[in-house]
Amino acid sequence: MFTNFFLELRQAKVPVSIKEYLALMEAMDKGVADYSVDDFYFLSRSVLVKDERNLDKFDKVFGHVFKGLEAVPGEGVAAEIPEEWLRKLAEKLLTEEEKKQIEAMGGWEKLMETLKKRLEEQQKRHQGGSKWIGTAGTSPFGAYGFNPEGVRIGQDKNREGRAVKVWDKREYKNLDDTVEIGTRNIKIALRRLRKFAREGAETELDMPDTIRSTARNAGYLDIKMVAERRNKIKLLILFDIGGSMDAHIRVCEELFSAARSEFKHLEFFYFHNCLYEKLWKDNRRRHVDTYPTAQALHTFPSDYKVIFVGDASMSPYEIAYPGGSVEHWNEEAGQAWIQRVTDTWRSTVWLNPVPERHWSYTPSIQLLKQLMGDRMYPLTLGGLDSAMKELNK
Amino acid sequence: MKFAGTDSYVASDDLRVAVNAAIALQRPLLIKGEPGTGKTVLAHEVAKALNAPLIEWHIKSTTKAQQGLYEYDAVSRLRDSQLGDERVKNIANYIKRGKLWEAFTSKERPVLLIDEIDKADIEFPNDLLLELDRMEFYVYETQEVVKAAQRPVVMITSNNEKELPDAFLRRCFFHYIRFPDRETMTQIVDVHFPGLQRNLLREALNVFYDIREVPGLKKKPSTSELLDWLKLLMVEDMSPDQLRSKDAKQLIPPLHGALLKNEQDVHLFERLAFMARREQRQ
Repeated sequence: MFTNFFLELRQAKVPVSIKEYLALMEAMDKGVADYSVDDFYFLSRSVLVKDERNLDKFDKVFGHVFKGLEAVPGEGVAAEIPEEWLRKLAEKLLTEEEKKQIEAMGGWEKLMETLKKRLEEQQKRHQGGSKWIGTAGTSPFGAYGFNPEGVRIGQDKNREGRAVKVWDKREYKNLDDTVEIGTRNIKIALRRLRKFAREGAETELDMPDTIRSTARNAGYLDIKMVAERRNKIKLLILFDIGGSMDAHIRVCEELFSAARSEFKHLEFFYFHNCLYEKLWKDNRRRHVDTYPTAQALHTFPSDYKVIFVGDASMSPYEIAYPGGSVEHWNEEAGQAWIQRVTDTWRSTVWLNPVPERHWSYTPSIQLLKQLMGDRMYPLTLGGLDSAMKELNK
Repeated sequence: MKFAGTDSYVASDDLRVAVNAAIALQRPLLIKGEPGTGKTVLAHEVAKALNAPLIEWHIKSTTKAQQGLYEYDAVSRLRDSQLGDERVKNIANYIKRGKLWEAFTSKERPVLLIDEIDKADIEFPNDLLLELDRMEFYVYETQEVVKAAQRPVVMITSNNEKELPDAFLRRCFFHYIRFPDRETMTQIVDVHFPGLQRNLLREALNVFYDIREVPGLKKKPSTSELLDWLKLLMVEDMSPDQLRSKDAKQLIPPLHGALLKNEQDVHLFERLAFMARREQRQ
């Protein structure tokens, strides 16, 4: 009955399963929704969506699939605007000069036709772009003083309070995880990395050992204690800094501050563009106070997990050739150093703040991704999540 | 059994449908939302509305799923065995029932609140999958199966500190409590303080929503904070004029301690208020 709806949800990457679909049917069968569109919307939302990040996607699909459901006869179809009215309004507002401009564009009829077409597009929720009516003057309509808000094209006032309004408002937009990445979110993602081990003072009762030693003690109670479990993960973060990375500094800072409070063993270093023989900890003193990469390779044991953070956007020479660095003469090519890092530490990932869809256009990203054995992830929540999964392997 | 809000809790339409769906289909209802939007209170109110006993299980970072089922107190049994206590012969004497057990064996259909499930370890929800799905579990020590006579209405709250596993989410219904708009907020306040002066409430809500609009606040005040603040205002017998006062000395609202819980936020707010005043004067 609602198979189409279900399939579209899956297509929109809202994770719904057959189980949930059946639950929805069951709820309909039991009459939870009471034959009202609003209730059905609320019910299906609560049954099918399990994470506020998917609420916006759900609203979009719902609006799309059940389009027209809200159009009760008498309320008027959404895209239909009284042409007379618009024409009158335009004539009242336009100066003689502007009217001539309209003539130049192909006349009033032509203008109306284009306007209608645009409106239809708008109804389909084509977000963004330069064609929208009223946006930033690129549309021919905005210039003549048409304000879609003012004339309320396709927005019927009396629909206030109906469910259609709820999903049209898209209130959960900023909960969508592909866009927003904050310190707190990063923390949650980083927590995947936690691995507990017992360490420190013995404060917990070790039941099996107590039982065993009590039995051995001829039944006399012999209590054994063990240490509490603690997070054992050690992390080494290498940040690309300066140049093309300046645009991503905010995201990186957030990642760093989140990581810092989550891990007890956390080391970090900076590098520029590609990894070479020198690292540094204080960016202002980068030419004076350096730390040899070779020493880092020896200092931190192989159970450290290494995260590179960088946009990997540079000239391919900077990776592939000795002396390719833009800042100094490097004896060995950047890729040799990357290779050493991946050889020393088994768990290594690269987080890239550049959106994933742009990666294929930058050869150096491709090159580094290859060097990292494909373990390059976008610096989004989703990417961070898969990176942590990879590190946990 | 239908939930339609109570005289002390304003439930929006979507929340009502979600709760009723969970009751009718006997599935757990997972509730998320900003802190202080009434997630925990909801369970109390549902129990009250359904006239059902409420069983609360508050989760901490050290809570294990097993503790909700039962615990076997081996140490006291060992001790009793050395003292020659008669009770030691029956292992059932040392089984302590957990909250789930309590809920499963309750005479009336209870409301079980699992509060702040995200505080527990990542594996915690996974350990409860079968128990919440079939509403039964097996006690190894006594070799008995505890099965729910009536499936309890299960309410689970989460503050989103950890992601919950998909398998767990599949078994739940979900509701995200949105921050109430002005209209709903007025209703909520009405329910809690029926005698509140109209104009005081209007001024207070103005101040409250203004504060929420301040960009960069570490912790936005929520419903529960507004209610606390209003209570204080009433106790102190504030007049609406005092809230509205544009006195330059008094930059931030009176008794702001109930709304802003963080000294950085107070500073930020003072700074912004100061700048706003300066602009007004020019």
